Amino acid sequence: MAANVIMPQMGESIFEGTITRWLKKVGDSVKRDEPLFEISTDKVDSEIPAPASGVLSEIRVKEGETVQINTVVAVIDEQGRAQAPPPTEKAEGPHIAKSEAPSRAKTDKVEATQGVRSSPLVRRIAKVENVNLSELEGTGLGGRITKKDILGYLEERERVAEVTRPIVQQAAEEMAGTDGIETDRIEVVPMSVMRKSIAEHMVASRRTAAHVTTVFEVDMTRIVNLKNQYTQEFLSKEGIKLSYMPFFIKTVSAGLKEFPVVNASIQDTNIVYKKDINIGVAVALDWGLIVPVIKNADEKSFLGLARASVDLAERARKKRLTPEDVQNGTFTITNPGVFGSLLGAPIINQPQVAILCIGAITKRPVVINDAIAIRSMVYLTLTFDHRLIDGAVADQFMASIKVKLESWEEKLF
Amino acid sequence: MAPITYLEAIRQGIWEEMERDPNVFILGEDVGVYGGAFKLTEGLLDRFGEDRVIDTPISESAIVGAAIGAALMGMRPIAEMQFADFISCCFDQITNFAAKCRYRWGAGVPMVIRAPSGGGIHGGPFHSQNPEMYYVHTPGLKVVAPSTAYDAKGLIKSAIRDEDPVIYFEHKYLYRRIKEELPEEEYLVPIGKADFKRRGNDISVITYGAMLHNALEAATLLAEDGIDLEVLDLRTLVPLDKEKVLESVKKTSKVILLHEDVRTGGIAGELAAIIAEEAFEYLDGPIMRITAPDTPVPYSPVLEEFFLPKTSDIVRVAKQLAAY
Repeated sequence: MAANVIMPQMGESIFEGTITRWLKKVGDSVKRDEPLFEISTDKVDSEIPAPASGVLSEIRVKEGETVQINTVVAVIDEQGRAQAPPPTEKAEGPHIAKSEAPSRAKTDKVEATQGVRSSPLVRRIAKVENVNLSELEGTGLGGRITKKDILGYLEERERVAEVTRPIVQQAAEEMAGTDGIETDRIEVVPMSVMRKSIAEHMVASRRTAAHVTTVFEVDMTRIVNLKNQYTQEFLSKEGIKLSYMPFFIKTVSAGLKEFPVVNASIQDTNIVYKKDINIGVAVALDWGLIVPVIKNADEKSFLGLARASVDLAERARKKRLTPEDVQNGTFTITNPGVFGSLLGAPIINQPQVAILCIGAITKRPVVINDAIAIRSMVYLTLTFDHRLIDGAVADQFMASIKVKLESWEEKLF
Repeated sequence: MAPITYLEAIRQGIWEEMERDPNVFILGEDVGVYGGAFKLTEGLLDRFGEDRVIDTPISESAIVGAAIGAALMGMRPIAEMQFADFISCCFDQITNFAAKCRYRWGAGVPMVIRAPSGGGIHGGPFHSQNPEMYYVHTPGLKVVAPSTAYDAKGLIKSAIRDEDPVIYFEHKYLYRRIKEELPEEEYLVPIGKADFKRRGNDISVITYGAMLHNALEAATLLAEDGIDLEVLDLRTLVPLDKEKVLESVKKTSKVILLHEDVRTGGIAGELAAIIAEEAFEYLDGPIMRITAPDTPVPYSPVLEEFFLPKTSDIVRVAKQLAAY
């Protein structure tokens, strides 16, 4: 029995996905639910588990290719054993007059275990032209890669090179100014799906919203002490590494409830107020950035928020987010403070109308009652869309958060 | 000039050489008064007289023995076998004597043995054979097998002028079946040079003799299916034009070796070995042979038709190979 592996639908409005990486090779044995490949849609990067156990007998969609959902991307041979005994090569000799006779299944199996079928000519061309034959799809008998296939491939490669050559040159010239720099001093790499998506969204947001930024300074001493006091207990009782994030989510959720306009969005000339408070938290990844969303954050306990933020960040880094995890955010928090940034002026995550940026929490000399004290301070900045939110409202929202943080009363658990 | 037959082309070649060189003479069974079993030598006796057009007893051994002797004495004999099948009667004279003279004591034997060969004429097992490979296997002999009137004339003239024994296999099926307009001026076709009768890109068909015409017919049919055959006519089996064979195979990467001779020990096997040795990395499919099966040529017309390779065989194999 062979099981087809299909490109899953990762969210309602998604019709295609790009395979970014195969985690198994043809001939590898796979277990059901074991991660098989990674995909990238315009919403999310994700690992896709194997639908069945067996041997990966065929990969139909190569890394970097984009296909429609429900396309068969691979086949798992459920009876297959990895590392089959040396195949009966003789039986597959060039008796082409009789080649229709052997059953399909047998041919497939030989294919899976023998790797790529080609010819002396094709192998020589592949060697000379530095072609990885497993990247080609054979159109010959039993999927054999023919001369035509490899020549077609080379032609296409040459054509692409022809098309990109002027781009490379132009890019080099642009970067180098007018005095011609050698083109081999630069490297041109195509953007990942995620990178393209980020680039498009950022520019679109800049074009759409009227960005204004306001900065507040908040005394975090009370929360820093609380966190220090409970970190160990939190870890042992709940298995969660306590961070500042749940404190901010909690206070921001409450602030958004008071100032619904900050939780709104604009649709043509209408203002859309959202009853759900879904807070996205930007997670920096080695390969980009993603914003998983904590749904109905206002309804969650502190512990629930702590757990949710740790869980989402971890799944984001392991590429285990689902499309739902990144959808329907109503407000975003970004936290460049972890990298040492004092304050930032982020770009709004459309179609939201505001984004809160948390700077680094540092001890600073602060004047309290005409005395200088050492306090743990943070700069919070809010970038808001002035089309909808006026400065006064934004500052009232920020002031409310400031008060909530500085006078934190809630028990942690 | 009107088109002339393959048979007429050979006669013209002999005629011209006999006019050119008084040492050229012809001997064989019924070549004089009767004009040859196939009427190929008709008219020669009247023109050149019975000293140069000699009717012999029915003894192939005597014919070839006399020819070798005359050749050693400076003459240019053309020995005719009435049918190529009978050439085995003088096998020893050809392979042990004529073939070895130059190697043993530096004496060339400038003799031509004409051997009407091949089937398709309902001649049965003793009048239809293709015995060329016995002689291809014997170093010291040259073996030619023309497939067109042009080549037949050019090659008989080159054979007559050659300083060594040449066995000239003329395909009797072609005698009166193909016609061609030939150049008025004198020309020769060099021994040892194959000829592309059709240039193509997809599959090389390498053949000689009557099968050339099946290959060309198949090429026309296959062109409709988008399969572009290249047809290489060997013309000479010894010395073999290896360069053209390899040139063609390296271009198309797929090859069909076609001959009317039986399968085992046919020239196709030798060609396959050369290609495998020298062009392996240019192959994009198995080397395919189309030949007669390993049996005597059957007498029954139905069986003979089955025995001989056909155009439809070439079409079928070419399609398989194209899809490979």
